Amino acid sequence: MQSASGGVALQVRNLRKAYQDVVAVDGLDLEVFAGECFGLLGPNGAGKTTTIEICEGLNTPDAGEVTVLGRHWGKDERELRERLGISLQETQFSEKLTVEETVHLFRSFYRKGAASDAVIAMVQLGEKARSRVGGLSGGQKQRLALACALVGDPELLFLDEPTTGLDPQSRRQLWGLIEGFKSAGRSILLTTHYMEEAERLCDRVAIVDHGRMIALGTPRELIAALRAEHVLEFALAENSTVDEGPLRQIEGVCAAARQGGTYRLQVEELHRAMPALLGELRRQGVQLTELRTHSATLEDVFVSLTGRHLRDE
Amino acid sequence: MSDRRRWTEHPLVQLTRVRYREFFREPEAVFWVFIFPVLLAAGLGIAFRNRAPERTSVAVVALDSSAAGLADALGRAPEVEVSLLSDSAAAEALRTGEVALVVVPSADGRVEYRFDDTRPESRIARLLVDDALQRAAGRRDPMSVSDRAVHERGSRYIDFLVPGLLGMNLMGSGIWGVGFAIVDARKKRLLKRLIATPMSRPQFLGSFVLSRLTLLVIEVGLLLGFGALVFGVPLRGSLVLLVTICLVSSLAFTSLGLLVASRVQTMEGASGLMNLVMLPMWIFSGVFFSASRFPDSLQPFIQALPLTAVVDALRANILRGAGWVAVAPELAIILAWLAVSFLLALKLFRWR
Repeated sequence: MQSASGGVALQVRNLRKAYQDVVAVDGLDLEVFAGECFGLLGPNGAGKTTTIEICEGLNTPDAGEVTVLGRHWGKDERELRERLGISLQETQFSEKLTVEETVHLFRSFYRKGAASDAVIAMVQLGEKARSRVGGLSGGQKQRLALACALVGDPELLFLDEPTTGLDPQSRRQLWGLIEGFKSAGRSILLTTHYMEEAERLCDRVAIVDHGRMIALGTPRELIAALRAEHVLEFALAENSTVDEGPLRQIEGVCAAARQGGTYRLQVEELHRAMPALLGELRRQGVQLTELRTHSATLEDVFVSLTGRHLRDE
Repeated sequence: MSDRRRWTEHPLVQLTRVRYREFFREPEAVFWVFIFPVLLAAGLGIAFRNRAPERTSVAVVALDSSAAGLADALGRAPEVEVSLLSDSAAAEALRTGEVALVVVPSADGRVEYRFDDTRPESRIARLLVDDALQRAAGRRDPMSVSDRAVHERGSRYIDFLVPGLLGMNLMGSGIWGVGFAIVDARKKRLLKRLIATPMSRPQFLGSFVLSRLTLLVIEVGLLLGFGALVFGVPLRGSLVLLVTICLVSSLAFTSLGLLVASRVQTMEGASGLMNLVMLPMWIFSGVFFSASRFPDSLQPFIQALPLTAVVDALRANILRGAGWVAVAPELAIILAWLAVSFLLALKLFRWR
């Protein structure tokens, strides 16, 4: 078997794609190493789906170069289709077919691959094998989509928002399945706007916003770059404000920002910063209505880079 | 094929089986394609069955004594039912259509026929009544004639109807069956998901053709079998030619379905477009009545419609036993539609 050139499963250089009135991808460079799970993390409309669909050969870029498993879409489409597994956002499989029939159909398209039964068992749909697709839950449908992506025994797997809209339990179940595929040494490119998903599954993460990459690294590196392990958020009673200047002077506070009525502090040493903050608030005579603290996540990385949240809630 | 898979694992076989499953698991589709045409044939066949000749009702106005004599003379004619009415009652009966003609005797021995000459049954009544009265008055026919009734299968309305319904059914199942399935798959992004696999696109489209052709056997067999067994519709032409006409027609309408579905994104859009394509054919192509009833200026357009050609070819084969040469012009029109719509569909088809 031909392996990906130089241990790189996917390489994207200076990718650009514009639709009528909006630039979806604006000069993106990516490299997914063989055996790695690479995540594109960003809010809706960041250009994630456009990027992954160009990599999948389902969309054409305006400019830029895409190399998949050392091959190019124009020349080697048939070969690439045999070697890739793809799960699109929001595919609805035929409701009148059973799980078994659907996986069987997809298996018939590939020259080589896993047995349908084995793949159905792998995604834990064995009990539902003879059920109609129309009767499956959201999580079961996503696992069916994963089965259809895995049935050709792919070297590189593309997953576009594999857990969007699922309940936490289904999401964790799907994560376990994706980890299993990864541990078999295969490469994955996934898009998500869930930071927990990226932190748990991805070896490396590219944070994208407005079609550009704004950060790249392992989840741990990205969080460490905040230079703050903790995030402290508080809110005040209506009509009261606090002078942010003194807050930044507090020992252990790396950054302070205000978003609506909520103040956010990135904090290095919580046990020192917290008493000092409370003292400062008392000195300014404002009334505290909320106080929260959590360990920094990729979400905080995104917020510190863009001033916005990944999901607008 | 490099690997040795069972033939049932071949993608074309798998795709075609998916078509069958999607069809047979949709009870409505099964009803419209298989049952509805048979019900329609049964209903219309019963409504328009040929009945034993009815007697024609006429009235004689009871003005004087001669009226009774006239009524008596008419009463002896087997096809005429006569009643004696007052002048006003007779006028009323004529106006409401209860009688087809009113006989008014006059004192000088002459008779007057009152009838609406735009009503066919009144014109027939005029002939029957006059004939009966002239004979009663002593007319002798110079030529001797005799009648023999012949009831020929193949000339009744049901005989005309069954090939028409068959053609209409081939059109409906081809265009609807293919069009809706493809637009539905496009809307659900299933088409996009399928082309993300190594699936061959011609095999995907081919699976629609293949499944249509096999369902065709049931569709045609059911309708023609019903017509033959229940109404005694004759099958006078060669069966090979009949099968050929059905095959080519079904392929043509399947291609038309592919063309209609090649770009539409929504079911509403698909539904509208399909009706737009089929409506002229429902009206003009002579399914329920002869297309020759339309004015001559429309005929070139009507004759160019695929359903007109299909229905004409089926009637020629089934009712008149026409051979290959006789239906060649119709087959040429159908093949032209097949080729043009298939090539256009391939060119226009959108997979996402």
